[in-house]
Amino acid sequence: MSPVIAGGPVIPNYGKATGCIVDNNSFFCTKWIHQHWSDTLQPALVQHVWLTAIAVGIGFAIAFICALAAHRFNWLVPPISAFTAFLYTIPSIALFQVLVPITGITITTIEIGLVGYTLLVLFGNTLAGLRSVPPDVIEAARGMGLTRLQVLRRVEIPLALPAIGAGVRIAVVTTISLATVAAYITPYGLGKPIFDGLQINYHTEYVVAGLLAIGLALIADGLLVLAQRALTPWRRARA
Amino acid sequence: MDPLSASATAAEIVFDRATKRYPGRPQPAVTELSLTIPAGEICVLVGPSGGGKTTAMKMVNRLISITDGDITIDGTSVRSLDLTELRRGIGYVIQQVGLFPHLSVGDNIGTVPKLLGWPKKQIHARAVELLELVGLEAADAKRYPAQLSGGQRQRVGLARALAANPPLMLMDEPFGAIDPITREHLQDEFLRLHRELRKTVIFVTHDIDEAIKMGDRIAILHSGGILAQYDTPDEILANPASEFVERFVGADRGLKRLALRRLGDVELEPAAGAATDAPRCKPTTTLRDALSLMLTEGAQEIVVAGDDDEPVGTLTLQRVSELLREQVTA
Repeated sequence: MSPVIAGGPVIPNYGKATGCIVDNNSFFCTKWIHQHWSDTLQPALVQHVWLTAIAVGIGFAIAFICALAAHRFNWLVPPISAFTAFLYTIPSIALFQVLVPITGITITTIEIGLVGYTLLVLFGNTLAGLRSVPPDVIEAARGMGLTRLQVLRRVEIPLALPAIGAGVRIAVVTTISLATVAAYITPYGLGKPIFDGLQINYHTEYVVAGLLAIGLALIADGLLVLAQRALTPWRRARA
Repeated sequence: MDPLSASATAAEIVFDRATKRYPGRPQPAVTELSLTIPAGEICVLVGPSGGGKTTAMKMVNRLISITDGDITIDGTSVRSLDLTELRRGIGYVIQQVGLFPHLSVGDNIGTVPKLLGWPKKQIHARAVELLELVGLEAADAKRYPAQLSGGQRQRVGLARALAANPPLMLMDEPFGAIDPITREHLQDEFLRLHRELRKTVIFVTHDIDEAIKMGDRIAILHSGGILAQYDTPDEILANPASEFVERFVGADRGLKRLALRRLGDVELEPAAGAATDAPRCKPTTTLRDALSLMLTEGAQEIVVAGDDDEPVGTLTLQRVSELLREQVTA
């Protein structure tokens, strides 16, 4: 991606770490990281965690309700699938840009976009999970006198957890990545130091912010794997 | 009621012109089925595929709705009962078992007691009691269904159906997906269990041999769920009501009848007159196995001897033939 710099040479304020810039504009000036951890990187990281958590949280709530409805009323599947797929095809920067006149340069703009992109995988996986429950298990449950709601709550949803978990993992990782792009419109999260670094052509800033985004994705994914294992102990039980 | 007590009350089930019609199909799946199952008996519904036997069974717990007619449990119409209440009072066992893979064996067994609001301790005690009853161990309660063999899973399925001590059990080809040796073992154990618990059982199978072995009474259905004959196994084998029944029970129905009776149950000739080299059998041997032994040994008679090896009587080939031509004894 070419730098989005406008105008001539910029002498940016690199703060106290100027030394390591002047000597060599390295990709990894550790001194700069130390000095700007608390005023740049850490806040951006925390913001990024929030952006992702809110997006996946809201996206999951919407997708889950849609999947339950579609599981109950089959005719809802094609329109919901088509709509979530349509949202997914919109180029992200264009979508964020289109939203600006409506929601402004705000976090809401970012979240609407991010939520939209999570729906396809979260809806698809939740529905697939609910549908994967073996028919004999449902029949036994109904035959024993579980109500429709009890079958859903005690049988179908627990058995759909592996598929739901897989969907959440994909949604979280893609949202962490996509949220950096959103900073192009609203300067927030790890995307902000990435764009800042690119703008002033200072390697360390965007490289470190990018690495943080990757690290965050890996850690989030790892935690989700652990959570999933804790929630589905029966999956590891084998003779 | 003490839910831990094994002394269950059994219910009398009456099918009263029960009919199932599906819209758009000319022939009903079950046609005016009328039969009475006395409390505590095993009634086997048997017939070829498409005979409506599973449909007839599922009309009892209303997994399939009744179009016409009625089914009563101890005089109460199943149509008048609340659906969940009706089902929680009926043990339900299916061929694929349908255990909940995400719940431990103990929690699977405790499903209905939990719905009924039993205290935790009692549910656990009941699960352990039932595991032992069906030949598993208390420690198995902590395992998951994926850790069990097919036979063990069906035992858990049976325990789960028995959990709330229902007066009626519906069993849909429960041993159909199990290897022949384990199946025979499970059949024997179920019969032993049934002698103990004396619940009313409706048992669906397509296997006439299983029907003869398991049933106190057999209802043979042919296509359209029309009742071809409803009687004891011995009566059906001795006097098939129609050509259809005759074909369905098989040309070897005489031999099948012999399998229903044991040497100890029939009148024997005195042991004194027997040849000294005649083969020996125990009183618990079926007439069919005794006949097989005579034929393979080329003997005209066998000596029946108890555990102390003291002969109690003789069975001749002639007598076997007479017994088959005798009127039904049951």
